[in-house]
Amino acid sequence: MFSKLSRYVLVAVVAFGISGAKADTKEEIPTLFDPITTTLDNGLEVVVIEDHRAPVVTHMVWYKIGAADERPEKMGIAHFLEHLMFKGTKKIGPGRFSEIVAENGGQDNAFTSQDYTAYFQNASKDKLPLLMEIESDRMQGLLLTKEAVGAELQVVLEERSQRTDNNPGSQFSEQFNATLFMAHPYGTPIIGWRHVLEKLTTQDAIDWYEQYYAPNNAILVVAGDVDAEEVFALAKKYYGPAVPKDLPKRTRVQEPPHLAKREVVMRDKRVRQPSWRQAYLAPVIRTAGVKEVRALEVLNTILSDGPTSRLYSKLVIDDKIAAGVGSYYDSSSLDPSSFVLYGSPSNGVDLETIETEIRKIIDDVLENGVTKEELASAKRRMLASAIYTRDSISSAANIFGAALAQGEAIENVINWPRQISKVTAEDVQAAAGRLFVEERSVVGKLLPEEK
Amino acid sequence: MRVSVPFLSKQRFYAYFCVFFVLFLSPIAKAVEIQQVTSPGGIKAWLVEEKSIPIISMEVIWKGGAVTNGKEKAGLAHLVASTMDEGAGDLDSRAFQKQLSDNAISLSFGANKESFSGSLKTLSENQDEAFRLFELAITNPRFDQEPVDRIRNQILISLNQKKSDPGSIAGRRWFELAFGDHPFSVPTNGFMETVEKLTLEDLKAYQRAQIAKDNMYIAVVGDIDADNLAKLLDKTFGAIADKSTLPKVEALTAADLNAPIVDVSEMDIPQSRVIFGGAGVKRDDPDYYAAYVLNYVLGGGGFSSRLTEEIREKRGLVYSVYSYLSPFQAIGLHMGGFGTSNKAVGEAISLVKAELEKMRTEGVTEEELISAKTYLNGSFPLRLSSNNRIANIMVSMQLSDLPPEYLDHRAELINAVSMADIKRVANRLMDPEKLVITVVGKPEGL
Repeated sequence: MFSKLSRYVLVAVVAFGISGAKADTKEEIPTLFDPITTTLDNGLEVVVIEDHRAPVVTHMVWYKIGAADERPEKMGIAHFLEHLMFKGTKKIGPGRFSEIVAENGGQDNAFTSQDYTAYFQNASKDKLPLLMEIESDRMQGLLLTKEAVGAELQVVLEERSQRTDNNPGSQFSEQFNATLFMAHPYGTPIIGWRHVLEKLTTQDAIDWYEQYYAPNNAILVVAGDVDAEEVFALAKKYYGPAVPKDLPKRTRVQEPPHLAKREVVMRDKRVRQPSWRQAYLAPVIRTAGVKEVRALEVLNTILSDGPTSRLYSKLVIDDKIAAGVGSYYDSSSLDPSSFVLYGSPSNGVDLETIETEIRKIIDDVLENGVTKEELASAKRRMLASAIYTRDSISSAANIFGAALAQGEAIENVINWPRQISKVTAEDVQAAAGRLFVEERSVVGKLLPEEK
Repeated sequence: MRVSVPFLSKQRFYAYFCVFFVLFLSPIAKAVEIQQVTSPGGIKAWLVEEKSIPIISMEVIWKGGAVTNGKEKAGLAHLVASTMDEGAGDLDSRAFQKQLSDNAISLSFGANKESFSGSLKTLSENQDEAFRLFELAITNPRFDQEPVDRIRNQILISLNQKKSDPGSIAGRRWFELAFGDHPFSVPTNGFMETVEKLTLEDLKAYQRAQIAKDNMYIAVVGDIDADNLAKLLDKTFGAIADKSTLPKVEALTAADLNAPIVDVSEMDIPQSRVIFGGAGVKRDDPDYYAAYVLNYVLGGGGFSSRLTEEIREKRGLVYSVYSYLSPFQAIGLHMGGFGTSNKAVGEAISLVKAELEKMRTEGVTEEELISAKTYLNGSFPLRLSSNNRIANIMVSMQLSDLPPEYLDHRAELINAVSMADIKRVANRLMDPEKLVITVVGKPEGL
């Protein structure tokens, strides 16, 4: 949930670069471009990714606190606070933060997810000390007066209108997620339900900030034309004085056993083309291990990556029953998430046909597995994506920040290509068998209004 | 990227009689070295070598685009762009896509109002295959019935869904009202009624007329040297037509803009979507840089802009409000937009108009001018921070007829904008009474 103007797409799978090594010689697969890390005495984790192509730097601070950590009656507070973090400190006046960044030729923004809240600036590399000075200042120096907060809650309500209430697809996704997660807070939208959101107060935001904003709950990520040792020294200078806090243990209500397949149907007059989806509760590394998660990532690629994928080639090209079809898997969240299949029918085809035909493709994987050839092709593309990802320093920063904030071991990010390359056809078939359990799923149908 | 030597220009001769004009620039922020490569066959490209990642990106733009399709064939350029990668030469759609997929090559085409573009991204180890597939797609696309119908079906479904998308409705309506019957009013993706009727012959004819050498600009960034690129340029582009045969489009002037207009498309949604715009400047207008600075202060500068300050920060009426220059080749436009709750539409539009009026009468402060220049110059290196971004900027520079040295001179051009320029250009552009405003929702207070 970006609080500001742009939307950023984080790659669903953690992926990044292989330094030059070709992907076909077995032993050499994953020489990854290595992040250099340290931890300050106050608990702040620091990650540096050096990339000397351009004289610029991405500076990010990630807090290990997100919407899924909120109490039910304060849902939306993580994101509301993110907005308020631009409202000034004892040293920096209201609204001045972004102005200072801009006056120095930089760009800044922030975003909130279920698992983290992150703040970043991109600027010329010589501005790094300044960025650290002002970002570390607001780690614990935020000053929220009535004047400074102003109409910000109204801004967030307009944000909710723009993203969600103006768009039936987004409204449907909220209803759908709330059904998939029966107990876990992933069922609540990041921005919050309107009736809860509109009651949030500045004091709620202050309480949240005071409880969770601390160096031992944060990760500093710096990527770009920098020297890691110099970054560590700067980090110590600017972030070193921040005071660690006693943090509550990060536990959320987990899902009870899912015993019933559910179906969510929404009709809206703004919907002009029906669409179908089915989400299965899916594991993450913490709950199922690396091997299982990487196998599901490969499965996702085989099912839906590009026109040669199983779903598209069969249902869109051969059978012509769907205009679009695909899948996605959020493998990197802190708690178990979802693996989603989706499709939009060609004109004249009903959603039941889409559901039946997608199910046949899943059944084929469950019974016969995947072929050696499609496995090899999927791996080639995934390893290539790790190389392509190296073109963006902000992607590198995002991948490490998100992974660490979501409780991932940094080795699992670094070794992603190697782990992918080890996945076998048997792994994929077995993981699919554990994933596609109907009673752990929700079917969703978004339809035009009945005439 | 990497630090480079001071400005010098030299000619080199290579063994296979290629001539390269290699121009080393004293670069913007000491970052980008652009080489101008001319192949033996006369194909020109701009190249930035970047060996640290084993990938190559190429961006190609052809002048032309959807505006040449006219109203009757609206959506043609877009359908061609969406089907040119669906089979070429001996490879049918499936075989072509499999070849891309197995080699992890991304190849795609796009249509804009005034241009048609191609993008290629490959691991350098697959460079020959990647350029071969690109060549096949631009010289010998198949346009088989199956993929064309399949993609057309997807476009129709998307066009149908967009009929209830507030942003899409407001944008289409804006151009329709502002330009009436001129082809410039026609949306690039077309209309359901016109896309349904496009024939395979239409596709082939457009592709033949659009893809040529005399309207083409090429930028390449990555793990490839000038020598190697020159050879690939001839192989890839040698066989296309010398001259584009697209119809000429009637020129436009600011006087062709039908303003003022306020138009409402009724829709039952909580937040109205508003798009506003009027005359701007073309890229080659002497006032371009002053307009660029002015727009930054008005609504181009994210959190620092006047519109954001007045409408979002002070009053909480919007999540986002913005303005931008849209310098088309045919006409320059100055556009903006926001979403606000239905009851606040009148107030928010009045605030936008008041800010335009204020800028027209009072200009900007010295402080704002300095801040704008610092930001616009200081942030420019961020736009050159990846191979992809550099390729996109280099091809846009060529399209706008800017030389490679522009990267060095850009800061001077921006710094040269004076308070007098700002006044003159504000007076020329910031006219609250000459706006075309389209609203989608149930607005109040208009």
